[in-house]
Amino acid sequence: MFRLRRNGGPASVAVVVEGALVHVVPGASAAAAVLAAGFASIRETPVTGAGRAPYCMMGVCYDCLAEIDGIPNQQSCMVETRASMRIRRQLGARQLDPPNQHNE
Amino acid sequence: MNSVEFAIIGAGPAGLAAAALAGEFGLDTMLIDEQGSPGGQIYRAVETARADSPLGPDYLAGSHLVAAMRAARIEYRPGTTLWHLDPGGPLFLAHAGRTETVFARRVLLATGAIERPVPIPGWTLPGVMTVGAAQILLKSADLIPAGDIVLAGQGPLLYLLAAQLVQAGSPPRAILETTPGANYREALLALRRRWPGLRPLLKGLGSILAVKRAGVRRRCGVRGLRAIGHARLERVVWQGGEIAADHLLLHQGVIPDIQISLALQLRHEWDDGQLCWRPVLDPWGQTSTPSVAVAGDAGGIAGAAAARLSGQLAALDAAMLLGRINGPERDRRAATVRAALAREQALRPFLDRLYRPQRSILAPEEDDTIVCRCEEVTAGAIRRAARLGASGPNQVKAFTRCGMGPCQGRICGPIVGALIADTLGRPIADAGTWRPRAPYKPISVGALADLDAGV
Amino acid sequence: MTRTGEGTLAFPGLSARLAWYYSTTDAKKRVSAAALAGWLPKKGDRVERFDAIVIGGGLVGAAIAYGLARAGLGTLMLDEGDGAFRASRGNFGLVWVQSKGEGAPHYQRWTRRSADEWPGLAAELLDRTGIAVDHHRPGGVHLCLGEAEFDDRRERMERMRRQSGNLGFDYRMLDHREVADLLPGIGPAVTGASWTPYDGHANPLALLRALHRGFVDRGGHYIPEAAVGDATAAARNFRIASAAGEFAAPRVVAAAGLGNAALSPLFGLNAPVRPQRGQILVTERARHLLPMPTTTIRQTDEGSIMLGDSQEDVGFDTGQTAPVMQAIARRAVLSFPWLRDLQIVRAWAALRVMPPDGLPIYDQSELYPGAFTVNCHSGVTLAAAHANLLAPMIAAGALDASLDLFSAKRFDVPAAA
Repeated sequence: MFRLRRNGGPASVAVVVEGALVHVVPGASAAAAVLAAGFASIRETPVTGAGRAPYCMMGVCYDCLAEIDGIPNQQSCMVETRASMRIRRQLGARQLDPPNQHNE
Repeated sequence: MNSVEFAIIGAGPAGLAAAALAGEFGLDTMLIDEQGSPGGQIYRAVETARADSPLGPDYLAGSHLVAAMRAARIEYRPGTTLWHLDPGGPLFLAHAGRTETVFARRVLLATGAIERPVPIPGWTLPGVMTVGAAQILLKSADLIPAGDIVLAGQGPLLYLLAAQLVQAGSPPRAILETTPGANYREALLALRRRWPGLRPLLKGLGSILAVKRAGVRRRCGVRGLRAIGHARLERVVWQGGEIAADHLLLHQGVIPDIQISLALQLRHEWDDGQLCWRPVLDPWGQTSTPSVAVAGDAGGIAGAAAARLSGQLAALDAAMLLGRINGPERDRRAATVRAALAREQALRPFLDRLYRPQRSILAPEEDDTIVCRCEEVTAGAIRRAARLGASGPNQVKAFTRCGMGPCQGRICGPIVGALIADTLGRPIADAGTWRPRAPYKPISVGALADLDAGV
Repeated sequence: MTRTGEGTLAFPGLSARLAWYYSTTDAKKRVSAAALAGWLPKKGDRVERFDAIVIGGGLVGAAIAYGLARAGLGTLMLDEGDGAFRASRGNFGLVWVQSKGEGAPHYQRWTRRSADEWPGLAAELLDRTGIAVDHHRPGGVHLCLGEAEFDDRRERMERMRRQSGNLGFDYRMLDHREVADLLPGIGPAVTGASWTPYDGHANPLALLRALHRGFVDRGGHYIPEAAVGDATAAARNFRIASAAGEFAAPRVVAAAGLGNAALSPLFGLNAPVRPQRGQILVTERARHLLPMPTTTIRQTDEGSIMLGDSQEDVGFDTGQTAPVMQAIARRAVLSFPWLRDLQIVRAWAALRVMPPDGLPIYDQSELYPGAFTVNCHSGVTLAAAHANLLAPMIAAGALDASLDLFSAKRFDVPAAA
């Protein structure tokens, strides 16, 4: 859990984390938004499904991988939030949906 | 294809100072940084910081460096990642999912430092992060951890963040100092050998006093640290004690970010004073590859002020090599910079000895401890691979998948070397380094397919 | 062709390798440290004797050493260190049959035998070492982009069938729609493909680890950082001088990859292998989608998708180049457009061990009976043949006549007419 510091803000940027509205300060990363939203973990690993949260917040550890605006496995600590950005937790390996080849 | 004289990778203090000075000399310069705004980690978000920031005046002073870069006649490329560099040839960049090729006659790596990984049992649990991570959240998002916070480790950043948390209204519940007793003795000896002046010592004391005044509990000589919890951190345990916690912030100093310098196969050496690998550099930052130099913490940890000065030295050298000034002129201008740099470096032997990590931090003792966070490879698996004959990090990677994840060994590389050394009874230097490859950071198959290689 | 910076040597690949090697290691320190670790006999007058010495610890050396140890021979495997070229670390992982041996039906036969031995070897390794090598044999596909490629491929497959004689060669040419039925999301640029039931894939690194584990478990001795400097040879009596000490045996196998070119003559053998660079890209893990491998695209058991490849003649340069990486990515995206969005999380370049005609070189020394040289670029595909068919021949002291065509004598320049 994370909260706004004393005399911090204003948290004027509204994003959507797992379907719920969250407000962050301008310049906050998508990873910060997930932490501000109160989620303990931001992803489940593709190896064992273990829950992970950001460890380094600077683009080194890759534990902050999240789905942002529909694109999976992004380093959310390196993505700056923008109004109405949709962030979802990354659950395991990415799903692939190749187009159906036959005209059905 | 775009062409510049001088490409600088990293907009922390070293890169900012180098860019500003390069601009003064009229060098056609490109400053490339993967973060969206300048300042690196130490001055992260300094351009939008308020004067009442809990991070203090030293942090706010970074805004001058940023302003100087903004005023300089150079091209600044934020949000841009270097994913491949052909030394003597083009730089391959990625920005917003698209690739770009730039040719530069000279390249300066100012990639700074990363936190030394702290592989304690349970370090992958949600709720455990580095002190640096918490500081970045404070700087860039005005966020502080809620609930019970425990800080653990050693190094100047530990008390600095603790003081900043106190200032921000969220004092930690406890600070667990892991500094071994023997370190104090060694550090005092270093002081006797070289007196750094009172001011830097007093600065460090300032944070410690602020934290004590706030009534934060302290434990010293902590060993056997572990994080315990089910789906997330619940408590922190050490030899002889435990405490309930919602957040554990770890710190064991910082080490140079050598991912790109390793990928370029520059000569590196093991620095036993700082217990890390660093590129072999001449006094101007010149590496073993003629067109590449390194400045700042990426060449060896010396702090922000030293980074700024070494960035200036690298820019002076570049100005000479690119024909703007001659040798004697370069040396003349460098004189005051070198004097200031020597003063900044004076405290380093003391800090290095005081904050030298315990062996068990470098090479986790328990086999169950995860070493490769990406692929979830344990210390035990790595020791087994070393016993099977994997004598270096690259063979360990082949045998265990350690280092095959997206971080490409940034986190696990240092730990693997220490584990191999430990298992085989040899010095860490002999285990060698891991070999990162392009792409230095992931790029999509599509972006690569669309690349205009331009050659 | 490699790009060099200002002032570098004329052979940048070699100097880069030397610089890399010596920047991070110190041979003398390593040897004494290894001695402390109890790995090796102390240097001195004593020369340790074995039933067989295999020089090279990659996929070729390890497969042979495993076969020898399994046959009960006291075997020593000498290897280089962490920074060596190690073709085995760069392997794509195909257990591939359909492209092998056009114009050389003995190679197709040998490859088919190996592919048939593979499931047994994989099961045996799992059973004995607990290590799964992820071998699958669902058949394999070679995608053709454009009519010219497709026609070319069809002619080639037909030639293979004609040359196969009694063995037969079962292939099918698939049109676009048939490929689309087999493989999801195939791109419009794919004209068709050749398919055979013989092809498959496996995890080359797991294989290497399993062979090493199996070797050691069967009493084999493995010594890394033991580069061989010199040897004295006599019939069934060889003395090897390495960085880790001196060793003797009545059988020696040169399986040192690119090092075999310099090593084999010590035993009266010829192994004119040269490096051929290949580059590979690997994507992030994805949920399983590809049911079978293609020659240049396969999905691993972990879910990563591997993309290859290239054949570059650049000497000993293991550098990566953007144009080749781009070409690989482009062909991948043309084959499966949905690959576009996947992140490439790692890539590499490695040097294949390439004989002049691409076929393996298996040879036994006439000058010094008991010495053998083993060379190929398909260390994964031929691993089963090496362990199950070649090793027993070496143990018995001579290669079967069936392998005569693989001798290096085929390179001897015939006397002028």
